Amino acid sequence: MRIDARKLSLWFIATLAVVVFLGYMTTQVIQPAFAKGGPAPSGPAGLTDFLFYVIAALTVAGALGVALSRNILYSAMGLLMALLGVGALYVYLAADFVAVTQLLIYIGGVLVLILFAVMLTNRITEVNVSNTSFGLFGGILLAASVAPVLVAVVTLTPWRVRLAAPAMAATTEAIGNGFLTTWLLPFEVASLVLLATLVGSIVIARKEIKAD
Amino acid sequence: MTAISLTHFLIIGALLFTAGLVTVATRKNAVGILMGVELILNGSNVNFVAFNHYVTGGVSGQVFALFVIVLAAAEAAVGLAIVLAIFQTFKTIDVRFADLMRE
Repeated sequence: MRIDARKLSLWFIATLAVVVFLGYMTTQVIQPAFAKGGPAPSGPAGLTDFLFYVIAALTVAGALGVALSRNILYSAMGLLMALLGVGALYVYLAADFVAVTQLLIYIGGVLVLILFAVMLTNRITEVNVSNTSFGLFGGILLAASVAPVLVAVVTLTPWRVRLAAPAMAATTEAIGNGFLTTWLLPFEVASLVLLATLVGSIVIARKEIKAD
Repeated sequence: MTAISLTHFLIIGALLFTAGLVTVATRKNAVGILMGVELILNGSNVNFVAFNHYVTGGVSGQVFALFVIVLAAAEAAVGLAIVLAIFQTFKTIDVRFADLMRE
């Protein structure tokens, strides 16, 4: 398929807009909020921080691709980008086990399942009919009414952040112990839910065979 | 650029949630709607793990995120099975045309 230069430039502009938005929020909104009260974040912005912004831009761009793409396959690729970015963010949050679980279950399981469903149900070669949407106007209106509220709440609330710098340590042992002690009942209920899901999806998706 | 903090992660979670909400609200394709649900769950998961890291400590938030991941996988499996059943019955997965609960 020929690469559409106009579409490519549109995507470039969209990604640039996201980066500019994140930069604006960081320097103009978050920094004054810290200056007003609470401890100022210390330490110079190094390579780690720069990588964080790249990953954040990738994640949000992938999410926007899911929301706005005209082709359902491009939406699936945007979902791949968003899920990968979220997995990388978990690493930044010192959640190693959750990050690997995200890779295994979301990208290895859910995304492959979604791709299977796309290819089984859609005429994916016809780009413009595979992922139609109810006009963009309502979507933009919805986003414009939800996102600023959430971002304002996030930036204006004085969160009770721990003062001591959280250490990067392996969490697998603590999570395993927690699953078999504190959260034993939810753990067992989750296994029951998975069993019911397994049986239920087979029953729903199988082909009916007439008895005669 | 400042050092990354809790607020950064919460903003990313909010943006993921908004994108998922727009996807769920505007798609006509059932598989696209399921993708939006996955985005919403991921946004909430980012918030869980971020609060766990910056506010509470311990692993309770991460365990909650793991339960969300498990339930999202179950939801995707059942949802896509339903989508396949709808496709077999109606020969389309456009949610406007799936308006019967029997064949």
